[in-house]
Order: sequence, then structure tokens, then C-alpha cells
Amino acid sequence: MIDRDMAPLLQVSDLSRHYGGQVGCEDVSFELYPGEVLGVVGESGSGKTTLLKCIAGLLPPSAGTVSFDTRVDGPRDIYAMSEPERRMLMRTDWGIVFQNPREGLRMNVSAGANVGERLMAVGARNYGEIRGNAVDWLTKVEMDLGRIDHLPETFSGGMQQRLQIARNLVTQPRLVFMDEPTSGLDVSVQARLLDLIRGLVRQLGIACVVVTHDLGVVRLLSHRLMVMRGGRVVEHGLTDQVLDDPQHPYTQLLVSSILPV
Amino acid sequence: MDGTPNAATPETLAGYNFAYLDEQTKRMIRRATLKAVAIPGYQVPFGSREMPLPYGWGTGGIQVTASIIGVEDTLKVIDQGADDTTNAVNIRRFFAKTAGVATTEKTAEASIIQTRHRIPEEPLRADQIIVYQVPQPEPLRFIEPREAETRKMHALSEYGIMHVGLYEEIAHFGRITQGYNYPVQVDDRYIMAPSPIPKFDNPKMDHMPALQLFGAGREKRIYAVPPHTKVKSLDFEDHPFTIESWEQTCALCGSEESYLDEVITDDRGSRLFVCSDSDYCRTRRDAGHEGSGLPVPAEPDTTASEPAGESS
Repeated sequence: MIDRDMAPLLQVSDLSRHYGGQVGCEDVSFELYPGEVLGVVGESGSGKTTLLKCIAGLLPPSAGTVSFDTRVDGPRDIYAMSEPERRMLMRTDWGIVFQNPREGLRMNVSAGANVGERLMAVGARNYGEIRGNAVDWLTKVEMDLGRIDHLPETFSGGMQQRLQIARNLVTQPRLVFMDEPTSGLDVSVQARLLDLIRGLVRQLGIACVVVTHDLGVVRLLSHRLMVMRGGRVVEHGLTDQVLDDPQHPYTQLLVSSILPV
Repeated sequence: MDGTPNAATPETLAGYNFAYLDEQTKRMIRRATLKAVAIPGYQVPFGSREMPLPYGWGTGGIQVTASIIGVEDTLKVIDQGADDTTNAVNIRRFFAKTAGVATTEKTAEASIIQTRHRIPEEPLRADQIIVYQVPQPEPLRFIEPREAETRKMHALSEYGIMHVGLYEEIAHFGRITQGYNYPVQVDDRYIMAPSPIPKFDNPKMDHMPALQLFGAGREKRIYAVPPHTKVKSLDFEDHPFTIESWEQTCALCGSEESYLDEVITDDRGSRLFVCSDSDYCRTRRDAGHEGSGLPVPAEPDTTASEPAGESS
């Protein structure tokens, strides 16, 4: 699935973000290949979300570059692009699944319109086709089609997250960022959602950056794992390798603090 | 536009400048108006003044009119298509008092037409200006409450969201139900709120020979459509834009083409359909056209379909 002969899809070099004197993240570098899922773990305040915002184009870094392999022009620094280009990229080739669905959904329009919005934003003007696409994607994320015209507000947390995923995948992005996609959901819903994400990512060959504090999520989803602490990456490697044979004392602590069932 | 300072003629109100506003304010509004004409459909901010009438009664339109009106202009003011409603009568009287200009109810005789809710049925000419009173100038506001964000969306032409609103209507009701303030795209660029005119009037805005100015007093915005500019109503390929139609004709003048108001005539639901444009209706009646003059009886059940014989 991961094709390392191809150019990396996303290349992050020496990325730092400071908030005044505070360190958000410091000297982070990694590459992400097409179809690869990268997990980022660490405790609260370790800089995971800052890193995600920086690489997702939501927060300009203090130093370093984020380069994305665009379809037309090849690798380009996303912060050197013009704003229209970056916003276009963000709603076509990228997706962002937020921890809080209120950030990622339009709560005052129906589920179908939420899925169709990105299509209309890139110029779709045929109601029948937009509707067809919405039905198609709601089916793929296992939503009840009877709810297509209901407001997301009336949905459960798990349904809202699935709707967010459908809304992001409808333009067939090549890269999706996920910020704690399963936190706040009960374990059975979590399991179903993880299963769904894993299936879709494999099937569509989407590259993913998943930020979470839940080691179970990364074990299931990600190929590679980055462990962060105090804004720095302390350990980086294949997921199973890092979790089964942690080298850094902090990673050892993290792995040993998983509660056995 | 030749209102020189203190040019108020003896018959106008003493102590007030010509057309109420001071000359510096008019100059500022004219600058905003010129910019608006230069960028069709773009909302130009301006320093809206307190006017001697409440917000929502036409403070924007009245300021635009005050800054473009000259002693030789003839003013017509309409509200809901009619010349004799409170708002129209008062604004007309306001300019008669403060500017001493001639006023008229005849669309053809007016050089400036200030309007709320309608565009006259009679086609406007190149030597006329129509001024719209606008309550909410921002067409994106219903879905995006942040002003900084809507400005960015306009700047970057990110207008997909407008169709989300139309999608919602089709999804819930099977058709586009927006009946007034129907969003338009001006000159293939800016999305614009045409003010609360019925969508029946939207096609009249397209390539209109007259200059169209829009003033929003509370929201402090002026925008414009220059003469002969493309104005397209938004729609979907498979749900094209359509205007309202009636099975009835005007009860007074028998018109089959004008926008009809439905007037309830008794407590059993009988209705009278009459032209909303009072000048158009009167002109037709003067020319000898006549309607039935009779109210339409109430439909037995609102959910029942029309009798087959009545449909055209």
C-alpha cells in the first residue's frame, strides 16, 4: 500500500512553533508517503495539536517548512502559496477531521448538504449528482439514509464523526488530518469508527496523520508512530516496533501506563 | 448633483442644507457610490449617518438618494410597489420639503426612483436611476456570521456555500423556495443580495439600462449594478431559476403579466388579486383595461389540487 519509490506526499522539515516564550513544538521533521498512516502520540500539552495545525495549514510555523506534493506543480511549500491556492488545496486534496465535530461540520444545514458542500465549493451545480454523491458517501460511512435531511445537531457523537469523515472524503483527498477522531466516544462506537476509518484508508489509499493520546488507536490505524514530549519528537519508528520495544524512557512510561483490561 | 452649499430654495425647510445631508457627507457617499459602480456587486463601506427615520425604514436608500439628487430631478418613491403607502409617502414628502424637487407617481416621468421591495413593471431607461433600500446587504450572512470570513469569501470567490442554501431548500421541499432577496451573481464575479424584491423582479435587473444603486443604512454598505451589466440568479442545472406565476389576473386592470398581491377580503378566505405596482395598474386602467373586480372565493381545502379546468 505504501509506495516508497514515489516522492513523499508531505515533507516537514525543522518545524518549530513558539507562542511567545512558550514552545508549541520544536524541530519536528518527517516525511509522509502516499497511502501511509502516521500516528502522533503524547500526553496533553506535548505539542501534538500545534504540530497538526502547522502541517494542516491552519497555523503558520515560527520556523521550518511544510511541503506538499501537489497534483499539478509537484512539491510546494504550503505557506509560500497564495492564500486562495492554500484554501483550494485544503478543500480538495486535503481533509481535516476535528476532535469536536462542531468545528468540522456546519451544524445548521442537513447531513446531505454537509457532504455536498465541498462538491459545490469546487463547482458542482447539478442537484441530482450532488445528492447522489451524498447518498453514496453516507452509505460508505454506514449512516442511516433516513437521516440525510436531518441536522447534525440531532446526531449522536459517533454519527457526527462519521459525517465529518464523509464530508472530508467526498472530494477524494490524498491526505487527511485527524485530531483525536475517537475521543469522547464510548468504546463500542470507537471500535466501529476505527474499523471504518481503517477500511476507508486502506481502500482509497489515503495518507493520514492521526493525532491521539490513545495508543490503542495508533496500534490499530497507523503504520508509523511519532512520540512527542514537551514539543519535541522523542521517538519515531514503525508502530509495532515502538510499542513493543520502546527505547526512550518516556515511551516506556507511556506504554506501561496503558490500563490492562 | 448640483446641490451647492446652502442652496435651499425659499420653499424648502429653513435651516437645512439642500436634501438634508451636509455637503461633506454627500461627497463621502458619492465617493463610495462611484467605487461601488466601478466594482459591480461589491459592498463598499460608508459612514452611514443618523437619519430622521428609524433603521429599517430606508435610511440607506434615503442617504443615497440625498447625495445624488439635484434640483432638476423628479423623484418617485415606492414601497411594496405602491406609491401611496406610509413609507413611500413620507420619504417623498421628506425630499419635497428638504430639496424642493418635483415628485411624481409616474414611473416614466421619474429620474430617480427610490424603492423598497419592488422594481416597477414598466422597463426603466438609461436616464433613470433606481435606488434600493437594503436591510441586509450580505448574501453570505445566513450561513457565515463572521464578517471577516464573509469578506474573505467574497475576495476569493468562495461561493459554493450559496448553493448549500439552495440545496437545503430542494432537499426539504423539492424545489427552491426562496421567494425574495434571491441571491444573484453580478458580472460573473460578486454574489449580491438584491434586497427583498420578489424573485419575479430578478430578471429585470439583468442588463437593465438604468443605474441601480443599493444603500444599507444600518449595515453601512453601498453597492451598485452599472447599466447593461449581467445579473444572474443562482440555480442548479437540474433545478433552474424560475419566477412566480399566477392563475389569476389583476382584478382591477386584468393584467396577466404583472406581480400580483393577494388581498384577503373577508373572514372566510376570499381573496382579491391586484397588481402590486400601483402606477402600472392605474396606467392600464386609464388606457381602458379592466379586470373582473371580483374577489376569488376561498379554496375549500388548501391541500386540495386545483380543478383541472382552471389551469392554463
